[in-house]
Amino acid sequence: MKVGVITFPGTLDDRDALRAASVAGTTAISLWHDEADLKGVDAVILPGGFSYGDYLRCGAISRFAPVMTKVIDAANGGMPLLGICNGFQVLCEAHLLPGALTRNKDLHFLCRDQKLVIENNSTAWTSDYTKGQEILIPLKNGEGSFQCDDHTLAQLESEGRIVARYVGENPNGSRNLIAGITNERGNIVGLMPHPEHAIETLTGPSSDGLGFFTSVLKAMVK
Amino acid sequence: MALDTVALATNNPDTPQPFAELGLKSDEYARIKEILGRRPTSSELAMYSVMWSEHCSYKSSKVHLKQFGDKAVKSDALLVGIGENAGVVDVGQGYAVTFKVESHNHPSFIEPYQGAATGVGGIVRDILTMGARPIAVMDPLRFGPADAPDTRRVLPGVIAGVGGYGNCLGLPNIGGEVVFDETYLGNPLVNALCVGVMKHSDIKLAKAAGAGNLVVLYGAKTGGDGIGGVSVLASETFEATGPAKRPAVQVGDPFVEKVLIECSLEIFAEDLVVGIQDLGGAGLSCATSELASGGSGGMKVELDRVPLRDATLSPEEILMSESQERMCAIVEPSKIDRFLEICKKWDVTVTVIGEVTDGDRLEITWHGEIIVDVPPRTVAHEGPVYSRPLAEPAYIARVNAEVINPVIPQTAQEIKDAILMMAATPNLADKSWVTNQYDRYVQGNTVQSQPDDSGMVRIDEKTHLGVAVATDANANWSYLNPYEGAKLALAEASRNIATAGAIPLAVTNCLNFGSPEDPGVMWQFAETVRGLADGCLEMGLPVTGGNVSFYNQTGGVAILPTPVIGVLGVIDDVRTRTPMSFDRAGLELYLIGASDENLSGSEWAYLHGMRGGQAPTADLQREMRLIKLLVKGRTENIFTAAHDLSQGGLTASLTEMVLRYNVGARITLANPGITLLVETPGRVVVAVEASKSAMLKEAAGDIPLTYLGTTGGDSLIINDVEISLTELRTAHTSTFQKLFG
Repeated sequence: MKVGVITFPGTLDDRDALRAASVAGTTAISLWHDEADLKGVDAVILPGGFSYGDYLRCGAISRFAPVMTKVIDAANGGMPLLGICNGFQVLCEAHLLPGALTRNKDLHFLCRDQKLVIENNSTAWTSDYTKGQEILIPLKNGEGSFQCDDHTLAQLESEGRIVARYVGENPNGSRNLIAGITNERGNIVGLMPHPEHAIETLTGPSSDGLGFFTSVLKAMVK
Repeated sequence: MALDTVALATNNPDTPQPFAELGLKSDEYARIKEILGRRPTSSELAMYSVMWSEHCSYKSSKVHLKQFGDKAVKSDALLVGIGENAGVVDVGQGYAVTFKVESHNHPSFIEPYQGAATGVGGIVRDILTMGARPIAVMDPLRFGPADAPDTRRVLPGVIAGVGGYGNCLGLPNIGGEVVFDETYLGNPLVNALCVGVMKHSDIKLAKAAGAGNLVVLYGAKTGGDGIGGVSVLASETFEATGPAKRPAVQVGDPFVEKVLIECSLEIFAEDLVVGIQDLGGAGLSCATSELASGGSGGMKVELDRVPLRDATLSPEEILMSESQERMCAIVEPSKIDRFLEICKKWDVTVTVIGEVTDGDRLEITWHGEIIVDVPPRTVAHEGPVYSRPLAEPAYIARVNAEVINPVIPQTAQEIKDAILMMAATPNLADKSWVTNQYDRYVQGNTVQSQPDDSGMVRIDEKTHLGVAVATDANANWSYLNPYEGAKLALAEASRNIATAGAIPLAVTNCLNFGSPEDPGVMWQFAETVRGLADGCLEMGLPVTGGNVSFYNQTGGVAILPTPVIGVLGVIDDVRTRTPMSFDRAGLELYLIGASDENLSGSEWAYLHGMRGGQAPTADLQREMRLIKLLVKGRTENIFTAAHDLSQGGLTASLTEMVLRYNVGARITLANPGITLLVETPGRVVVAVEASKSAMLKEAAGDIPLTYLGTTGGDSLIINDVEISLTELRTAHTSTFQKLFG
């Protein structure tokens, strides 16, 4: 089972995502933004970073990269797609997920170990968790405050499309403590915190993040 | 102004030139004329002025710094020593590590965000230039009083700048310091350290060898920012009423730098360069003259080929510009096509601007006319050298004679108040408000970061080899005795490496001082270098490079002498490191090392308005025995946790330990007041399983060992004083939020 990780200019967490996908048991493959070729992968991760320097708006330029046309087509066809942090921002800009990520409420970049609760374990990326399970993974971003209109929020809530919520104090001003959401089909997930930085306790606050990558392995095997 | 060419300079020898405005003294100007046999062209004058500035030429410090070479220990670990962009050490398994710390003090006062950001950018390019992948950064910072209005302007900007640039480069920030003192008001210190890793075979040097090889400029286009930064900003004392110096501060673009890093690493991996130099202070003047000096021949550069952001820039400005994110490479003609291809892949602007010649001159033309024709070494390496007058300042005898006896807490209530006061004072308070603005996770190899004693990163995922880095300075002690202060900082940084069980391997430094034109400051500097060189010799640690920052003074008031010492250590298996604290009850706590009752230079004395007295005398033999014990404690699995004692003494260390994993401790002390507050060097708190206390005692040998108590509970108990962890945490963590939130 092959998982592709896209590198845009300014992507930072690509090697971490490749490592996490391999540790989970998949074959991790690096994809280049400028090549409209998914190299036969079964799932794709848009990793964290500051693609194109986050100029204009976070993710606004990346969505037009040649590789993204293939990603969007495949995801619309059901391919599992995970956007982490900057990747989540790209998914929103590409309209694969609703809403937008805006500046943190206190206007600082914030890096801390963050407790989340998994609310939807039926997506391609969360099936290895139990519903209501609390996990601890790093949160690190300057623009992580999830915003959307009331109608979209009500829809996300009623359709069970909130994948993960922050536990405790709201770290960045996200509506309804939203840390991650999914599309109706459950194959596309956007998540602000970083599961790829929590795959072993040596270098992360826990190994709780590995579940995202083992989940997709199972989803692909099915 | 008409173009000033070599021909014109020869024909009009008496044209008046603005050498003084460019920071050159009249005898320096005369020497340039003597070297060239004529007056310099305006472009040559621009080059000499920036390269002969204090910042680039080390003209006041050189005579002292050579001690690092003269007293050097023979170290097999040293692969590249002082003189290159950064020193390189062998850490085993075929890996080489390079690290260096540099100052960006003056720009950060003028423009905190950009000053700090480009400080990070500059040191990262130095590391990249050696052929290494940058793997981590650290930032020792010093500010005026925490509650001073200007600190509220400078500190948030500096933190945001360090974070904004470093985070965007994908470099984990693994530690640093935040210290407050009145003398830094108006002269904040922003030092930035970077660590990089490579294979031995990948080491690159700054040399332009091989006639016919091409000189290639790649990265950002050249703009008008940072013109004269090194000569105007970093080499002059700020005058309280001086004009705004904002245009001399560079503006950084971390995205361009990130792309430049990846592009360069791909170029290095295919072995496409003969030599390489980054463009930092003094920009193209520095890069071309240093590359040409490093090689055997000369160099010809067509300056009009340099891609510009601002088409109106004059050749002099192009030579002086400190625009960020630029690199200069020497490339064989047969490899240039592939070089250009990789730059295209990364969308990096690249231009061939000249070639290496078999002559011995650096010749620069502007649309065909020769505007620079100089022997490159006279620009890069043969600048003026001063043996500045130095004299022990009068304050030394005065403050050394002072008796330091601040009131010592006696009653339970007084002791409790003192512990809470120390936990909350800005110099010792929790720094999460700062470090939470830095990404410490990126690259996925960070094993330790703030608030651990050292930063530690894994460099091989299969063998678990890692490196640890710590930076320390104790300016209070350096003020009282700069010779001992330097040794004590070296000892502290080494100890901070060893508490985790890593073995200290090499030293870098950033020496921050006032004006070298003040004999008292020069004496502090000379004593510091002597102390550091002696200390390194005694501890067997090579100095791999460093940086000097003078003129950190406003009017007649200089900063405290602040030598920031960085130590790099190696650890064969990061999984076995000793953590800085305990996560469970029932462990025994011991204090390793003897304590005295000297409070001179301590945080407690400072809080009571006393900064005199006698600094401790560094006992490096004792420190080395302690380091050995700390390493043994890891390899023989004796310790569950180990934490260094430094500023704030035992009370600060215990506070940090119990709060780290929210596990309390019950301590018994014979003289709690003084024992909690002294800062005697060479001490560490360790936690061990009760079953291992015999092993500890045996391993310690004749190193004094004091039983402190046991871990557990939800409070810190010292004799009859009990402080709940909640109360202690509130005191420790609310300071920065209140000041800067």
